[in-house]
Amino acid sequence: MTDNMIYTNKLTKCFGDNLAVDRLSLEIPAGEVFGLLGPNGAGKTTTIRMLSALIGPTSGEARVGGYDVTQDGYMVRKSVGILTETPGLYNQLSAERNLSFFAKLYEVADIPAQVEKYLRMLGLWDRRHEEVGTFSKGMRQKLAIARALLHEPKILYLDEPTSGLDPQASRIVREFIAGLRQEGRTIIICTHNLSEADRLCDRVAVFRSKLLALDTPTNLRRQIFGRMVVFHLTEAQPGLAEVVGGVDFVQKAEIVENKLVITLDDPEAQNPTLVKLLVEHGAEIRFVGELRRSLEDVYLHLVNAPMAEEREED
Amino acid sequence: MDKIREIIKKEWSEVFKNRLVLGSVILMPLVFTIMPLVILRGMQSGADVEMADMASGLPDNFSLMCEGLSSAACGQFFVLLQFLSLFLLMPMMIPVTIASYSIVGEKNTRTLEPVLATPITTLELLLGKALAGVIPALTITWFSYGVFVMGTSMIATDKALVGAILSPIWLIAIFVISALLSVAGVSLSIMISSRVNDPRAAEQLSSLVVIPLLAVFMGQSFGFIQFDLTLVVWAAFGMLLLDVVLMYFAIQLFQRETILTRWK
Repeated sequence: MTDNMIYTNKLTKCFGDNLAVDRLSLEIPAGEVFGLLGPNGAGKTTTIRMLSALIGPTSGEARVGGYDVTQDGYMVRKSVGILTETPGLYNQLSAERNLSFFAKLYEVADIPAQVEKYLRMLGLWDRRHEEVGTFSKGMRQKLAIARALLHEPKILYLDEPTSGLDPQASRIVREFIAGLRQEGRTIIICTHNLSEADRLCDRVAVFRSKLLALDTPTNLRRQIFGRMVVFHLTEAQPGLAEVVGGVDFVQKAEIVENKLVITLDDPEAQNPTLVKLLVEHGAEIRFVGELRRSLEDVYLHLVNAPMAEEREED
Repeated sequence: MDKIREIIKKEWSEVFKNRLVLGSVILMPLVFTIMPLVILRGMQSGADVEMADMASGLPDNFSLMCEGLSSAACGQFFVLLQFLSLFLLMPMMIPVTIASYSIVGEKNTRTLEPVLATPITTLELLLGKALAGVIPALTITWFSYGVFVMGTSMIATDKALVGAILSPIWLIAIFVISALLSVAGVSLSIMISSRVNDPRAAEQLSSLVVIPLLAVFMGQSFGFIQFDLTLVVWAAFGMLLLDVVLMYFAIQLFQRETILTRWK
């Protein structure tokens, strides 16, 4: 527990009768980029708010940067940076004034230097005197990210960091987050953009009020779908799938058009055997590749599957 | 203290860019200060006999306040007093306008969550917002009162009139009660603003706070209430108590969790 930047144990939040977060237990080590994935209303924002000491849990415990979110709210808020779901900037103030205001609230020592550093880093220095109301959505998002970093927090929460941004702005923000990872910060990203989570996150948690799965994207793919190898053939002969399916390490084999899709555990070790077998049976192999299931497939599989308790009730 | 000062600076740089707010803050003191001076100027050119007649028709207990004044000056003092009362409305109305826009504005632009995510206490935030309304309100009220006193001293032929509007009763009212009224106004605005989403609705509802004050002025005009030093001192203590109660409820209603989860 002590090595973890973020630790929660059965963290629960109810709003009246509505159970928003149900016994969430997480351990996130320093320097990890962690993705919180879930449908709308799954409790992602509520979790972030609890971990920022903005709202209190109904039960359970949470420690952030070593501080208890219930007892040490001030220190928790001082230790974390947060990009809220909506940027929440003062439209009538300039970019520079927006940042200097928040820098003061975060008790930043050298405000002008920090403001300049992040305005330059995010490409907003030349527009620093302009009112934020005139900024594009991408610029506003970048400014909100700058605000979250002003006090150099070790822990960063990013709630939908690329939501509503065009592909170019999304890419800039993504690259910036990747850069933050290099600095060793612990980052939690809440996002609906699953390819973004796949690219950025070391581990992801899929949850819908309660935790459905937690692992690296690669491991989740393997756990749910196994590993799949696709043999592109010049012509798929009838009965080939049955031949391959009879091999002891092959979990599943099927022909899809002129492709033979095989599910197995260890392609690197087992592929040579399969290639040999296929050639022996007259197959002409044009190309071999691994079928990589997207994180979206994993997510949809998990979110659409009835939860364990629901299954028990049935 | 740094954070409170920063909140105040931010509020001023934002709120005063709103022309509607700026207009309300400037127009009210301008009218309340200039109008009585214009009327006083008109009364100076009227016959003393008319003023003396007017003084004879004033409520009985009002004449006690005219001690040391000529009959004509007493009539003028009665008229000026109606306007002087308006100087107590100013410190309530101005912060109500500012606080309504400041808090509901934060709601509408969703800027409050990033602020609450910083290591700022609820008390610091509310004090900053309250002072951002109270400071300009009191500055404007006291400045307007100063202009009013100077104008009266230049226009009035009976200089005892200036002494009457500079009596301890009015000095306590303007410099102590007005500050307490201002705090009451802003506390009420914070309470109302945390329950509504439209700044104008917040302002209109908060403006209802002046009704009890208007009732007191009407009572004075019709002779039901007579302002004397004892009453004003007790009123100041009463207002202080009311402020404590209102501030307590304002802080209680301004809960971070409620703001984040129910303010839409």
